[in-house]
Amino acid sequence: MSEKINGVISEEDRKKSRRKSTMSRILLCIRPYLPLVILSLVLAVISVFLQLIIPVWIGDGVDAIMGKGSVDFSTLLKIIRKIVICICLTAAAQWIMNHVNNVITYRIVRDLRVQAFHKIHSIPLSWLDTHSSGDLLSRVITDIEQLSDGLLLGFTQLFTGVITIIGTIIFMVSLQPLATLIVVVFTPLSFVIAKFISSHAYSYFQKQSAARGNVTDLTNEMLGGLKVVQTFGHEKKAMDEFSERNHELSGYSLKATFFSSLTNPATRFVNSLIYDGVALAGCLLCFLSPFGGAVMTVGSLTSFLSYVKQYSQPFNDITGVLTEFQNSVASAARVFELLDTKPEPADDSDAVTLEHASGAVKLDHVAFSYVPEKPLIEDLNVNVQPGQRIAIVGPTGCGKTTLINLLMRFYDVDSGSITVDGTDIRHIVRTSLRDNYGMVLQDTWLKSGTIRENISYGNPDATDEEIIAAAKKAYAHSFIMRMPKGYDTEIEENGGNLSAGQKQLLCIARVMLHLPPILILDEATSSIDTLTEIRIQKAFDEMMKGRTSFVVAHRLSTIRDADEILVMRDGHIIEQGNHEQLLQKNGFYKQLYSAQFERS
Amino acid sequence: MKRLFSYMRVHLVESILAPLFKMLEATFELFVPIIVAEMIDTGVAGRDVSFLVKRLILLLVLAACGLAFSITAQYFSAKVATDTAEMMRNDLFRHMETLSWHQIDSLGTSTLITRMTSDINTVQNGVNMFLRLFLRSPFVVFGAMFMAFTVDSHTAMTFVVVIPVLFLIVFAVLLATMPLYRKVQKQLDAIMRTTRENLLGVRVVRAFNRQESEKSAFDSESDNLYDRQIFVGKISALLNPMTYVVINLGIVAILWIGGRQVNAGALTQGKIIAQVNYMSQILVELIKLANLIILLSRAMASARRVDDVFRITNNMQDGTQPFPSVTGAVSAADQSADRKTQAEIASTSDLNAVHTDKVNGASIDFRDVVFRYEKDAEPALTDITFHADAGSTIGIIGGTGSGKSSIVNLIPRFYDTESGSVMLNGTDVRQIRTDDLRSHIGLVPQKAMLFHGTLRDNMKWGREDATDEEINEAIDIAQAREFVDSKGAGLDLMIEQEGRNLSGGQKQRLTIARAVVRKPDILILDDSASALDFATDAALRHAIRTRAGSCTVILVSQRVSTVRSADEILVMNDGKLAGCGTHRELLNSCPEYQDICASQMTPEEIARDREGDV
Repeated sequence: MSEKINGVISEEDRKKSRRKSTMSRILLCIRPYLPLVILSLVLAVISVFLQLIIPVWIGDGVDAIMGKGSVDFSTLLKIIRKIVICICLTAAAQWIMNHVNNVITYRIVRDLRVQAFHKIHSIPLSWLDTHSSGDLLSRVITDIEQLSDGLLLGFTQLFTGVITIIGTIIFMVSLQPLATLIVVVFTPLSFVIAKFISSHAYSYFQKQSAARGNVTDLTNEMLGGLKVVQTFGHEKKAMDEFSERNHELSGYSLKATFFSSLTNPATRFVNSLIYDGVALAGCLLCFLSPFGGAVMTVGSLTSFLSYVKQYSQPFNDITGVLTEFQNSVASAARVFELLDTKPEPADDSDAVTLEHASGAVKLDHVAFSYVPEKPLIEDLNVNVQPGQRIAIVGPTGCGKTTLINLLMRFYDVDSGSITVDGTDIRHIVRTSLRDNYGMVLQDTWLKSGTIRENISYGNPDATDEEIIAAAKKAYAHSFIMRMPKGYDTEIEENGGNLSAGQKQLLCIARVMLHLPPILILDEATSSIDTLTEIRIQKAFDEMMKGRTSFVVAHRLSTIRDADEILVMRDGHIIEQGNHEQLLQKNGFYKQLYSAQFERS
Repeated sequence: MKRLFSYMRVHLVESILAPLFKMLEATFELFVPIIVAEMIDTGVAGRDVSFLVKRLILLLVLAACGLAFSITAQYFSAKVATDTAEMMRNDLFRHMETLSWHQIDSLGTSTLITRMTSDINTVQNGVNMFLRLFLRSPFVVFGAMFMAFTVDSHTAMTFVVVIPVLFLIVFAVLLATMPLYRKVQKQLDAIMRTTRENLLGVRVVRAFNRQESEKSAFDSESDNLYDRQIFVGKISALLNPMTYVVINLGIVAILWIGGRQVNAGALTQGKIIAQVNYMSQILVELIKLANLIILLSRAMASARRVDDVFRITNNMQDGTQPFPSVTGAVSAADQSADRKTQAEIASTSDLNAVHTDKVNGASIDFRDVVFRYEKDAEPALTDITFHADAGSTIGIIGGTGSGKSSIVNLIPRFYDTESGSVMLNGTDVRQIRTDDLRSHIGLVPQKAMLFHGTLRDNMKWGREDATDEEINEAIDIAQAREFVDSKGAGLDLMIEQEGRNLSGGQKQRLTIARAVVRKPDILILDDSASALDFATDAALRHAIRTRAGSCTVILVSQRVSTVRSADEILVMNDGKLAGCGTHRELLNSCPEYQDICASQMTPEEIARDREGDV
């Protein structure tokens, strides 16, 4: 039992310490802008002070208006002049303060976002592959936005709120200490009530978001599978399930909305009780003086009452800011987690720059796995001579992509080594290694931008002639010319306005522009029309001439022409050799081959 | 908007009471300055303690009533808002189910989910705040002015000036900043796009060593965002200082005018204080009103976005007839007397004159079918005409975008043709009740889609009352037995959302099993064995042909090996039928088919198939 409690406490402590460290990280981010923060504070003090002194003068003004025939116009005019000047000063201070707060917040946020983006390009692919891109995206966008909201509110409302509370107490004490006591003693009451309500509402808010998650899940699943839903006439059942979950959501939503909406009336009620009490006490103090001394003037009562109002206001605001800020800290923690990820190990100080490799690639006793418990590639040996063509065949998920990951050094091998021209790739400067590889994957990726920009992606300085020549060699020129703006046609996000085959041709042209000595090609399995497929094949053949190439192959001709075929299954190279040798082996390759290419 | 009001009308009483109670509460608030003024003028001046205490009690009663009214109003408005949202979500879901999945695809699931959750949530908040504030805030603003006039009309004239000026400032700032905030949002979207693009293309970026240029592009986008944020920030930061200035100038004016009034004996000190109080009340409510307007404009935008989804409709009229038995085919076949298979159909129909649980198969006819996906300018299918006998096997081959899937999507009537007709057993699909039509078709879509639940639950999608025995039979046919057994949980195997705990090939086989469970008259495999190795694919086809009854089977594929043994192969190219016949016929006659074969077979094999007996 006691152990359990200890466990709970330590868990709680950890959370707290993490929150604390996140807080100090946030403060670190703010530090470069310290002068601005100080400026903002000074302006806050000025504007709050001015805002508080104005009611005193208004009170003085009221006092100057004693009654019929006894109004002191010259004093009144002086007071009014003072008030008008102060109003203008306050407004100016407020505006500058807001602006300064914006500058601080948005700069911090920009810094963080840029850091996060830069991080994406330096962290190991293994990290990126194991985190969904949606999650990373929401860290860079949504979480940082949340932090921005929190910071801005913190700067604008927390500063002024706290200063206002302190300021009003000082002013109230100076006007009437006794009545101040009533205010200060009873205000925490509204705090307690607000806290009580919001903690209740919070549990319903949590249930509400869980219920909303259920609704989202179901919607996602049913919409994603709408074709199946419609095919199998599942609409009614799905609807029943949905309305059940929806009703649950609605129930929690009602409770959450209602409870949270009680805070405002309840605190307002408490505040008006205090106000009423002070009004009575103030009135009495205007003609009674229980402890001797001067009685209150009607004017100072007016000022005092307006302070009571101004004093209670920030309490409500601060409660709101604190919840918002809690969210922000949670978001900030997720951003920092991204920023703290270890980057790819830097190149060795004595790393070699590979100028133009001859193309000899050797895999020597390579072992690799994504997770230690699941060994994937074990003792892989391949020796590729310059200019050789290696075909990789095997069923989906057999580890072909993994091999590409290792060759390009997106991942490092666990043991053994991969060498290019005799140098271990871990001792080659990454950029120079990758410069020697040309990669065309089936999973085509194009940037949003013009076709020209995409082809020259690997070599932004390429001339138009070079770009067109590359496109021609990739058999892409003719379809590009048919596009509305030719080479200047904008490619929509992820190539929405291109067919799969056209996208692949552009990817080929991109490599064609600057043909490196080693190629990694991924033949299309499907989704490409015959004519385009023939073009892609021709382009591939053109590229591979005299170059070391690794081809994830599906076409018989490619496989048969390969110098060496790696037959992969479940991450292992189970057979290795050329076409004839493998057929003679009468093993898995033979099985695959006959199933695919021979009559059944 | 109309839709929104129709939901609110369901809770008409609450929708009226909520703002009414809020207004009552506000009325009480308006009395406070008058009472305090009385306390000062009568109580303090007359040193009347009992009067002061009586007035205090009055104030407390007002506060308590205000609290009670306010809580009631909050409850009513929360109730109306959440119920409205619930009804809206239900209707939206029901509506989405009727959309064609092509419409869903073009809208995007994530957009629809945003509409379902965050947009409707914004609407809910909007309704909630609207009911609470739309009467209250203007009421307080104008109520304060009205009360000020009852106190003293000279000083109250300042309200007549101050209120319009405040309105002007608030709206000018709002109107000026709204488009600017949209620009900020747009830039943020651009940043999001760049980030997503870089996340997806991180391999390519690294392969081409373009990290630095990507970074600097992002930096300049971030700078751009910063500039826009600061610009709009400068303008919106004007709101508070300006309203502050106006309100306080108003108070100064009250002092000055009031001073003269008092001097003339027309006003008392206490009443000036009341006027000052009313002036301060205006500011708070006006800012609430401004926030309400922002919130409402957001809610309206969200409601419009939800409405956009409602406006997309699927205009198919449901048919009235039941699924035609094969008997119906006789008359249809009679109509087309030139069809050589007529006798054949007639003979099958004789055998199965009564439509029983037994699988009969159904004949399929496409006549001059032209079909176009809504927005596409080019038709997806042009002049498609073919006939498939009941119980035969049809192969469809061709590249992506050639129209293969479009053909099969017309059979369960996911879409209607633009012209021409699709007929099953001689009856136009448009005349058949859609639910009955689809219950006779087993479609296995390209994308293997399973749902969260047990394997048994998933299989029962095929047929509600399928027995374990029937399900197991289907699993056998679909070649899924081996891996289902290896998981060890039998039909109780839990399948995660979207079948995440299964491999692509496993999912495909289960989706095939699900369609087989249905014992359909027409079984359609839309490129749905692509992840299977060739041996399994062959075994699957064999099992379907021998064990799934005499259903008509349509095999859509990119692989020659899958379709080569079909009774008839349709070769699709660019939405047109490039050829139609058996493997051998096509090899000898259809250039498109020859091209496809050339890429997948050896020249010797092709030569052999041309001559040989397939």
